[in-house]
Amino acid sequence: MTEIPLLEVESLTRRYGRRIGCQDVAFTLWPGEVLGIVGESGSGKTTLLNCLSGQLPPSEGRVSYLTRDRGAVDIWEISEAQRRLLLRTDWGLVHQTPSEGLRMGVSAGANVGERLMAVGARNYGEIRTEALHWLDALEVDRGRVDEFPDAFSGGMRQRLQIARNLVTRPRLVFMDEPTGGLDVSVQARLLDLIRRLVSELSLSCVIVTHDLGVVRLLAHRLLVMRQGEVVEAGLTDQVLDDPQHPYTQMLVSSILPV
Amino acid sequence: MTAISQDPSIMMEVKDLAKTFTLHAQGGTEIRALRGIDLEVRKGECLVLAGPSGAGKSTLLRCLYGNYLPQAGSILIRHEGEPTEMIGAEPRSILAMRRRTLGFVSQFLRAIPRVPTLELVMEPLLSQTVPKDEAESRSVSILRHLNVPEHLWGLAPATFSGGEQQRVNIARAMIFEYPIMLLDEPTASLDQENREAVLDLIASARDRGAAMIGIFHDQGAREAVATGVFTLSSRKEAA
Repeated sequence: MTEIPLLEVESLTRRYGRRIGCQDVAFTLWPGEVLGIVGESGSGKTTLLNCLSGQLPPSEGRVSYLTRDRGAVDIWEISEAQRRLLLRTDWGLVHQTPSEGLRMGVSAGANVGERLMAVGARNYGEIRTEALHWLDALEVDRGRVDEFPDAFSGGMRQRLQIARNLVTRPRLVFMDEPTGGLDVSVQARLLDLIRRLVSELSLSCVIVTHDLGVVRLLAHRLLVMRQGEVVEAGLTDQVLDDPQHPYTQMLVSSILPV
Repeated sequence: MTAISQDPSIMMEVKDLAKTFTLHAQGGTEIRALRGIDLEVRKGECLVLAGPSGAGKSTLLRCLYGNYLPQAGSILIRHEGEPTEMIGAEPRSILAMRRRTLGFVSQFLRAIPRVPTLELVMEPLLSQTVPKDEAESRSVSILRHLNVPEHLWGLAPATFSGGEQQRVNIARAMIFEYPIMLLDEPTASLDQENREAVLDLIASARDRGAAMIGIFHDQGAREAVATGVFTLSSRKEAA
């Protein structure tokens, strides 16, 4: 077990004017750990994810990330260019809506290969080989490499977006409702694929979702958010099977049994 | 001084364990499920939990696995040779204890969609970096031992019969030689032949030195594997 945390978050707060987005959030993410952030819509989980992933500056607090070459840096102290480089290489960001994370005007293969070109790959044959490798890994038919994202179903488009993120072999992937908006059967297969990839690649992940089934399957531990604050944290199965906070008890008991 | 730090044959030492459920949706009703639990288990022992329904046997087992959060007390387990406290441990430490030290055999399989049976059974070994061909041959032999038909190995257990799912679950839970094993009615609802096969696995795990705590409702199963009994009294009145 590596003893240096990948991500350390201290007293992170984001306000929108007088309204609280998220308040006084603190946690440590270790290499290979998958953290689920759950709560209803409006609980501040997407605000938190955006502050962690360099999308939205926090009002207060620190987000410290262990880089490969420069040790731990506060991602809000480094330059915009350095932050963008992190997002293109060491991090992945999977949006709920694939079209936000894909370029709809270029082919599937170009979407996957683009991040490699952004970090300096120039050999067309090698880029295409890598792109095909990641289409295979996400179980997307490689015969469709030249089709545009519009031609793919929602589930397949989400796989393209994930392939596009994994091609630079990131260490940390942020996911915002990765299976939201998909059919239940498509969801189950995608979840299973994500679960396998995360373990095979030893990825660290922060996954935001309102779906407790998603975190049951993927997350090692949970933060439960309500009105911008973390009300409960712990091991995933413990939080779901023996919730302590009234809000978590309400969330868990609201799931319809199948 | 704790007994576990004095005596290397002790694998788990529980002191003054208490568990209360607070039901916030029901006006904060408190249910005192467990109070003042003290027990220890040594290598090669199988301690059977006894007591009427509602006495807290399953609750105790779940506390010992870190699945339920006790309010007070101490659970020390021998993890990688060292007495290690479970209560208050970080999630990643509990997960490391579950990966290497603490196994749990429950009645119900939480089906993972789409993962074929053989892969499910191999997974605990692969996560310990056992080579793939060794993991596979051990999985094949435990599935055979438990009479899981070979034509099912490539399929996900979601569509199997209850008994088949239960045996896949037992195979997955017992494939790795955990030093400590928690058993929640592993033989319930199995037919005679499969019950014998499971009891056989449990007895041989015990004989190789595993420390076990289990719930067994049927008398025959208890007689086959128990080395001791721990009796819980019936549930305390709500405070």
